[in-house]
Amino acid sequence: MVQQFKKKSNMENSINLTLKVWRQNGPKEKGRFETYQVSNISTDSSFLEMLDVLNEQLINEGKEPVAFDHDCREGICGMCSLYINGHPHGPDDRVTTCQLHMRNFNDGDTITIEPWRSAGFPVIKDLIVDRQAFDKIIAAGGYVSVNTGGVPDANAMPISKADADEAMDAASCIGCGACVAACKNGSAMLFVSAKVSQLALLPQGKVEAARRAKNMVSKMDELGFGNCTNTGACEVECPKGISLANIARLNREFIKAKAQD
Amino acid sequence: MIKLDAKIPEGPLAQKWSNYKANQKLVNPSNKRKLDVIIVGTGLAGASAASSLGEMGFNVKIFTIQDSPRRAHSIAAQGGINAAKNYPNDGDSIFRLFYDTVKGGDYRAREANVYRLAEVSNSIIDQCVAQGVPFAREYGGLLDNRSFGGAQVSRTFYAKGQTGQQLLLGAYQALMRQVNAGTVEMHTRTELVDIVIVDGKARGIITRDLVTGKLEKHFAHAVVLGTGGYGNAFFLSTNAMGSNGSAALKAYHKGAAFANPCFAQIHPTCIPVHGEFQSKLTLMSESLRNDGRIWVPKKKEDAEAIRAGKLKPTQIAEEDRDYYLERRYPAFGNLVPRDVASRAAKERCDAGFGVGTTGLAVYLDFKTSIERLGKEAIEDRYGNLFQMYEKIVDDNPYETPMMIYPAIHYTMGGIWVDYNLQTTVPGLFSIGEANFSDHGANRLGASALMQGLADGYFVLPYTIQNYLADDIATPRMTTDEKEFVEAEKAINDRITKLMKIKGKRSVDSIHKELGVVMWDFVGMARNKEGLQKALERIKEVKKEFWTNVRIPGSEEGMNVELEKANRLADFIEIGELMARDGLNREESCGGHFREEYQTPEGEALRQDDKFAYVSCWEYQGEDKAPVMHKEDLVFENVKLIQRNYK
Repeated sequence: MVQQFKKKSNMENSINLTLKVWRQNGPKEKGRFETYQVSNISTDSSFLEMLDVLNEQLINEGKEPVAFDHDCREGICGMCSLYINGHPHGPDDRVTTCQLHMRNFNDGDTITIEPWRSAGFPVIKDLIVDRQAFDKIIAAGGYVSVNTGGVPDANAMPISKADADEAMDAASCIGCGACVAACKNGSAMLFVSAKVSQLALLPQGKVEAARRAKNMVSKMDELGFGNCTNTGACEVECPKGISLANIARLNREFIKAKAQD
Repeated sequence: MIKLDAKIPEGPLAQKWSNYKANQKLVNPSNKRKLDVIIVGTGLAGASAASSLGEMGFNVKIFTIQDSPRRAHSIAAQGGINAAKNYPNDGDSIFRLFYDTVKGGDYRAREANVYRLAEVSNSIIDQCVAQGVPFAREYGGLLDNRSFGGAQVSRTFYAKGQTGQQLLLGAYQALMRQVNAGTVEMHTRTELVDIVIVDGKARGIITRDLVTGKLEKHFAHAVVLGTGGYGNAFFLSTNAMGSNGSAALKAYHKGAAFANPCFAQIHPTCIPVHGEFQSKLTLMSESLRNDGRIWVPKKKEDAEAIRAGKLKPTQIAEEDRDYYLERRYPAFGNLVPRDVASRAAKERCDAGFGVGTTGLAVYLDFKTSIERLGKEAIEDRYGNLFQMYEKIVDDNPYETPMMIYPAIHYTMGGIWVDYNLQTTVPGLFSIGEANFSDHGANRLGASALMQGLADGYFVLPYTIQNYLADDIATPRMTTDEKEFVEAEKAINDRITKLMKIKGKRSVDSIHKELGVVMWDFVGMARNKEGLQKALERIKEVKKEFWTNVRIPGSEEGMNVELEKANRLADFIEIGELMARDGLNREESCGGHFREEYQTPEGEALRQDDKFAYVSCWEYQGEDKAPVMHKEDLVFENVKLIQRNYK
């Protein structure tokens, strides 16, 4: 029979860390940093597996574990967040926190872990924030208005490979909110522009492109997200490499919509 | 006592679905407004069903445990979605997709359901393109296809290695459009904790608000479960951390039969386990087998040297490599179905040819394809997967072959449903991975997305009307009825009981213990003795859980440990049911491999005369053995043969 949990590999290193973690009991409670020590963390484990070790330790000590959002742990669901040492999703490039590995840290490091901080994302508990605002923005227009059934054959409309690929790049946004957390204005422009771009690049979505841009932007403003001042921090921190060019495309569609008003 | 009636429509296979639709009952627009439907789960099946029913005019309430419907685990599906479009002109047809699916499932699926699935597959692609799903295209602007295991045609549509994400976002956006239109009411961070039955019909659910901890009661004329599979019973699987089998188990407790629980799929291409703190396993898409070749060293001493770190795979000469899938299955080669590929990997590793530090890994090598097509072409096809692999393993797969090993991925078993996708409880429906239908004992790659969306967009919106048409005179019920109040009280009592245990062990530590039992005895290879042992061990795990689990905090407010404990209690019961079903099924078929039943070459040996049936388990109460009922599978269009991929 095969053993599921293998012995430690001989290539593996382990490190000891000091963690400064934001703890907050509820949305209206006052938060504070707590300091914890964790030891023998395998450098092959992910950041969230390191937090699992911390939580196991806290439970064994009879304390409440740290609440954090996570789900697929494959970098695609967009559920995990965390502001690690001043960076959304931590120091590594193009990864979500669940794909951040401990080999990016050194023995003896102190790591500061905070929730996303933005007016648009209120804290629910500890490191968990409420990102329903993103759903509301999508609901305001982030779709092609077609019902189920009665659509043309999939190959009825050729789309150039270049446009399809560019749309795919924009569509790879996972809705995690790192762009908002990275922005000094707390703007959601990169998120909104990714969806507006994806659909404006495709003939199916072009029909209502201007209207979509206007509705999504006005919902974003209404929900308390800030303005874009082109600092580009969002693009740098985006785990999926969503390009700032999308914001330019959003602005074009937005101006078109305003001209039509 | 459950009565199984599959309700397969009359007529020839190819006409059944058309006949059904021509003769079914419909609900007129003014009555649709008076009818409430609850959908649990916002994955491909749930989101597509909710948006479609909302568009039609029903009042829909949808529930997800996540902060947003877009997080559902369908999002993680990588490779693609099958359809019988035959765009590549390579001989595909609805019948061939149907045939491949029945054969791939080792003849343990219901013909009529599978044929309908193949029939609606083409509409799904049309629908998704209309929604703006950015599928991969050729330079001519038309859609591109690739191949998946178990098929000799290219029928898989894809969006890079993120097909599930793109299809789910399409369904999610359609769903949010209905939320905006007011036809669908969205409940996020809310978990189903029980199903309410009134006068024998499903009439609502009890939920727990995961932020406040409060229980809520919801009425509906019909309840639909699209809550996914139960693979996390193994603790380590490719499922998301929150994926769970609780809704399916509640349905089972309330009278829905649980079908073929032992049919779990073990995916051959996952990143191997790295250590004891590992929380989950990461899948590498099956699509990689289009261009990657699987091998281990031919010589044991080479394998030993690799494990000791003295030799690198790139140093092994071509003639010293054993491309064992190509050797054993020349016709399908690296594209044999998942169960076959997984077992072949296990066979090589058990025989001492495995690589990696533990010997529990095989190579997936792109060298030949990179030489043939260039690095750029490979990057274009699989760039994001290669990047993901490199981030996790810290090794460059363009230069060194990937290491992979099988892991639990999908459950073909699930809630029993008839042709209407209705369970044995009237008014309770199940869609997507949560139900048992369509995939038999083994699911083919790129068919999960197809089934989820088929059920949600094109099947359930029809069949549920056939049920609701008889319910138009039923007024909305208040949730003060005694059935709702009693169900709520039972859940409150269970939560109080859990919180009172105040034991010494964390939920995860007990879950890992269950996982080891499941993997060792109910995993890739099973036998009578092991399955009996599993039943005993699971009993011990259950006792340990109910006497020694420690849940910090209180039932009020957000309590992640309490959520996990609630789910683990259910996984323990599901694990027991899986072992029981595996013990009963004295044959090997698809993902269920009983060591006692194999051919001299080590292939699965079915016992069609004894086991060509769906095993449907009926709950008898706590700590009582469930009763098994059989749905005999009748094959009128496919001849049962031993699956041959040689």
